[in-house]
Amino acid sequence: MIAFILRRLVQSVIVMLAVALVSFALFRFVGDPIASMVGQETTLAERAELRDALGLNDPFVIQFWNFIARAASGDFGISYRLQQPVMELILSRLPATLELALVSGILAFVFGVGFGVYTALRRGNWVSGTIMTVSLIGVSLPTFLIGVLLIWVFAVELQWLPSFGRGDTVYIGDWWRTGLLTPSGRASLILPAITLGLYQMTLIMRLVRAEMLEVLRTDYIKFARARGLSNRAVHFGHALKNTLVPVITITGLQMGSIIAFSIITETVFQWPGVGALFINSVRFVDVPVMAAYLMLIALVFVVINLIVDLLYYAVDPRLRVDRANARH
Amino acid sequence: MAAPLLSVRDLVVEFPTRRGVLRALDKVSFDIAEGEVLGMVGESGAGKSLTGAAIIGLLEPPGRIAGGEIWLRGERIDNFSPEKMRRIRGRRIGMVFQDPLTSLNPLYTVAQQLIETIRTHMEVSEKEARTRAVALLDRVGIPAAARRIDDYPHHFSGGMRQRVVIALALAAEPELVIADEPTTALDVSVQAQIIDVLKEICAERGASVMLITHDMGVIAETADRVAVLYAGRMAEIGPVRDVIQAAEHPYTIGLMGSIPTLTQTADRLTQIPGAMPRLNAIPRGCAFNPRCKDVYNRCLVERPELIAREGGRHVACWLYEPVKEAFNV
Repeated sequence: MIAFILRRLVQSVIVMLAVALVSFALFRFVGDPIASMVGQETTLAERAELRDALGLNDPFVIQFWNFIARAASGDFGISYRLQQPVMELILSRLPATLELALVSGILAFVFGVGFGVYTALRRGNWVSGTIMTVSLIGVSLPTFLIGVLLIWVFAVELQWLPSFGRGDTVYIGDWWRTGLLTPSGRASLILPAITLGLYQMTLIMRLVRAEMLEVLRTDYIKFARARGLSNRAVHFGHALKNTLVPVITITGLQMGSIIAFSIITETVFQWPGVGALFINSVRFVDVPVMAAYLMLIALVFVVINLIVDLLYYAVDPRLRVDRANARH
Repeated sequence: MAAPLLSVRDLVVEFPTRRGVLRALDKVSFDIAEGEVLGMVGESGAGKSLTGAAIIGLLEPPGRIAGGEIWLRGERIDNFSPEKMRRIRGRRIGMVFQDPLTSLNPLYTVAQQLIETIRTHMEVSEKEARTRAVALLDRVGIPAAARRIDDYPHHFSGGMRQRVVIALALAAEPELVIADEPTTALDVSVQAQIIDVLKEICAERGASVMLITHDMGVIAETADRVAVLYAGRMAEIGPVRDVIQAAEHPYTIGLMGSIPTLTQTADRLTQIPGAMPRLNAIPRGCAFNPRCKDVYNRCLVERPELIAREGGRHVACWLYEPVKEAFNV
């Protein structure tokens, strides 16, 4: 178990180093950072001085090492555009993105598994048919269109929910600004969360349905029925648990992409999260922010993958190889 | 003779398909007496497993019982509601499947699966169920049962898993056990052990067994009576010694002739020409008529019913009908 975790941790570090290399390359290849930092009146001598002061003339390896060392301590430099430490910028906007991602992730998982199980067990009735058809729409409509449609229906026409922003927020602790504790914050969260989670929900739902149908055909389910176990025990005790083994992986990866690709939703709803920050940084070639964002997303994926592996380990006894080795 | 434990009368199982209804079992009738082991033999697709599935109420849709009756100890069960039928499964009719490697849920320990099954049918405490479970495992020959019970299925070998499967099937002490090719997926070396365990425990508890197999050796050693199915119809049924040593139905004769023996030397085993008809192309009259060497014109037009013979045997063949001369013009 410990060896397994250690192995995974080493792999994670390698992945993070690779991503760091890509992020670092951004500084060197996405335009000249000096040009974007100084005004037009700066003389060549002043530019050279600045270049030297920022260490941009050092050899590549040394620059990369410095970058990693600073990144590891949370220092990604100063944003070119906003002249604030990048880490501060990201941390101030991270709660918004995490809250949005978490809520839509939970929505996607709960409804995805629920609908998936329902449509697998009640194949052929009209409710399942309707759910399946609607899910097809969810899969095929692009996120921004869903967002715009939701805004049109619920914000413009019905005027039930706000169309943009986070509503009122309050602080928990020093820097976590939450919208979950105020009514307007919660109301503002509904539309973006649905927009962001809808695709993931339909994906999870279709996956659960397919897996469940597969599991229901297996011998051990037949044998469980032949032993007279109740439908409930067979469906939820035996079939669902086996269904969830592959579903966990996909759901984990989806959670990562919910955080990573909240960019579109955040843009549509003017949600003040990291995704929106990233889009603005791209527009202004704010390389430190872009690099930090890249690293952050990579970290999220790595951590989630680690959690998924551990969950696997917890759910499927066949993976606990330590004490297994089929004793005869 | 006392009333049979299980009585199947004119059982018909059909599969509706786009191109018409397929009749997979056609008027199959047989009895299983208290404590008896009935062997059920036939080629693949003859309807052996289907008969078992129909009795225990687990036909896979769209398959359905389209006719006939199934009686368990004087009670008709084929028209039971799903919930009533569920309570019969495991409690009164147990079932052992072919492949022990896939019959057990890989995510639960043996103890969890046994205790769940016991507590589904009997009102006992968790602790008592566990005691029973250990005793059962011990009885089916799992060494160190008290320790092994908390292992997962993948910790056991194939033969051991089939023992666990037998323990599970018998957990709620059913009166009838349907064993659907219980040894086919196992090593030859453990097949005999598994059959012995199954037979012993059932004898101990007075449970009847319906043993589905195409291994005539197993039948000869284990069964009291044997039923031969062909294309969804009963060809012959009778005491195992009589049927094996002096088969009457031409199909059974062919079947027995195709088994190698140690005492006789032969260059070639006899074989029945042709193949069993597909369900959508069963010939008129006797289903065996295209392959039968004794076929005559009555076989082509009229289907033979089971004809009672001496010694409790029944044969579905016109050769044994007293009036056959009338047709032989």
